[in-house]
Amino acid sequence: MSGLPKVAIYKFASCSGCQLEFLNLEPVLLDLLGMVDIAHFVMARSASSPGPYDIGFVEGSIVNAEDVGRLKEARAESKLLVAIGACATHGGLQSISNWLPMREVESSVYATPVQTHPLKSFPVSEYVKVDASLSGCPINKNELVEFIKSALLGVTPRIRPHSVCVECKLAENVCLLVSEGKPCMGPVIRAGCSALCPSRSTPCTGCHGPSSDCNVESLRTTFAGLGLHQSEITRHFRKYAALDAEFQKGGRT
Amino acid sequence: MESGRIKVDYLSRLEGEAALDVTIQNGQITDLQLNVFEPPRFFQSFLVGRKYYELPEITARICGICPVSYQMTALSAIERAFAVQVSEQTRKLRKLYALSQFIQSHALHIYMLAAPDFLGYESVISMASAYPEEVKRALRLKRLGNDLTALIGGREVHPVTPQIGGFSDLPSGKSLQAIAKRLTAAMEEAMDTARLIGQLAVPALAWDLTYVALSDPQEYAVNGGRLVSNKGLNIDPADYRDYLQERHISHANALHSAMENGSSFLVGPLARVNLNFAQLSSRAKEAAALTGVSFPSNNPFHSVAARAVELVHSIEEALQIIEELDEPRRENGGYIVRAGCGAAITEAPRGILSHSYCFNEQGVVLAADIVAPTSRNVHNIEEGLRLFIPQHLELPEEDLRLKCEMFIRNYDPCFSCSVHFLKLRVHSKC
Repeated sequence: MSGLPKVAIYKFASCSGCQLEFLNLEPVLLDLLGMVDIAHFVMARSASSPGPYDIGFVEGSIVNAEDVGRLKEARAESKLLVAIGACATHGGLQSISNWLPMREVESSVYATPVQTHPLKSFPVSEYVKVDASLSGCPINKNELVEFIKSALLGVTPRIRPHSVCVECKLAENVCLLVSEGKPCMGPVIRAGCSALCPSRSTPCTGCHGPSSDCNVESLRTTFAGLGLHQSEITRHFRKYAALDAEFQKGGRT
Repeated sequence: MESGRIKVDYLSRLEGEAALDVTIQNGQITDLQLNVFEPPRFFQSFLVGRKYYELPEITARICGICPVSYQMTALSAIERAFAVQVSEQTRKLRKLYALSQFIQSHALHIYMLAAPDFLGYESVISMASAYPEEVKRALRLKRLGNDLTALIGGREVHPVTPQIGGFSDLPSGKSLQAIAKRLTAAMEEAMDTARLIGQLAVPALAWDLTYVALSDPQEYAVNGGRLVSNKGLNIDPADYRDYLQERHISHANALHSAMENGSSFLVGPLARVNLNFAQLSSRAKEAAALTGVSFPSNNPFHSVAARAVELVHSIEEALQIIEELDEPRRENGGYIVRAGCGAAITEAPRGILSHSYCFNEQGVVLAADIVAPTSRNVHNIEEGLRLFIPQHLELPEEDLRLKCEMFIRNYDPCFSCSVHFLKLRVHSKC
């Protein structure tokens, strides 16, 4: 496999769903394997060839000191370090517990929590420089393929900084927020999912993270106008990307 | 190997992160630890304070491989708490949805995680040039399962449509008919999978094994039924906390799941096929014969054969459900949020998954208890290794190490799922 660009897939605190998306590329997987050497991918293979790697994909958030060390090694051996999925890009759902007292969190699961040494959950960018991010819980397969192709061609991948509303309008959906009064996060969430949930009569819950220039104040006011209790508004913002600066404002109590 | 150490620092081809460390002295195991170093995410704690309707969405994120099972279990527990009765159409669609994940997960495990062991490769990637047809078949079967999940749920990983009482969006009869054609075509590929398994030699292991699964006289139990074992357990799954215990064992790295008498037990495809052979579809019974395994079997190495049998069954039952569903209709499923508790168990691809919740009158979660299938199996894996290793000490160290890895992989363990329920110890010895 020598000569092909080398790829590593690292796992931190996560559900393995984003790395599974590589294997879920079934129709193009064999083609992909002809274009890159997946040199390190513990979930799929026992052999692992050492770095340096051309691309290191990082799944998961960082929740303990040991993983900070592992992450720094990953950074050092990857030319391009790419955060994949809401955990790696924003801290993920587990960052909800950053707002809870740590001892309480630990003792709810472990009888003797002294051995776990957890930090709070943080995105990869808290500790190392990240070259690119693919957002989503999970990442979108089309965006993943687009990213790999762009990286191989040496061009900047197309990013979608706009909100889910743009894709929702393109899909000609009836607006769940305006027409049906449902608390949809679409106006402040980054596109890339083709408005998956609103297209299925389900309000957006924000798994793709914040869009650029999102107006959280306006959405807070709209949610309050729908009769949502303050605690409910906080829950909507304090989810996949609770640590984002704008979403911290949106989720303030 | 009379004395020595078997050490695997990062077990591969399973979901999540774990290590194995076994010390052998004079033919006796003096220490055996399955260390799970998967970092914790504390789902159980941050679920407290969230709203009931978020549970299917949030708990799905515990596992990227079996999110469908988390959704089905959470919904059953909530519906039990709120006394919601679901329609026959919803019941059928949910079964179809769960079976779609069996197809995906079993194809993934049989071909991509387990087969390389049996065929002598380090991964499916290296296998592709010598076994191109098998690898393409694996990809087709896995894609089929994924497409069926996405047809019902919106996407394959962390689907979005399941909700209390049913689904926010329904597949059209036409789209179901289209996928039924593919399922029909895939039946022979699933049978070929069973034939392939029949050619693989697996190590023998004599074991007085206890196994636990849901069981229902009317159908192959996945989303409902009673919780039974081969040793006389027969309970309402909602009472699971009274019968299946979580124990702390001083030497060990994990919360060990045990029966009341302290014995470990196995959950997953082998437990299901063993206990529910009569409810398997006719082709699945043929597939069982092709694998060469006579069920019930007490050898966990036969789990891969049980997976192939379930792959065939899932395709056949999916076809039957699609025929019965015809054109799914939109239903008005109202419900009343109330204070109370609810618990449920469903069969995830890896075995029983239990959820238990209590809510206040606004539907805010007051308490959550989730036990993943792998958490149930960890105790059984360790016990099995303690039996297995002494029976194979004649093997060279490298070979014995591989056999231990294979033994663990038989359970298709998912440490991503289980870790927030396992007591964690970072492996620190030498």
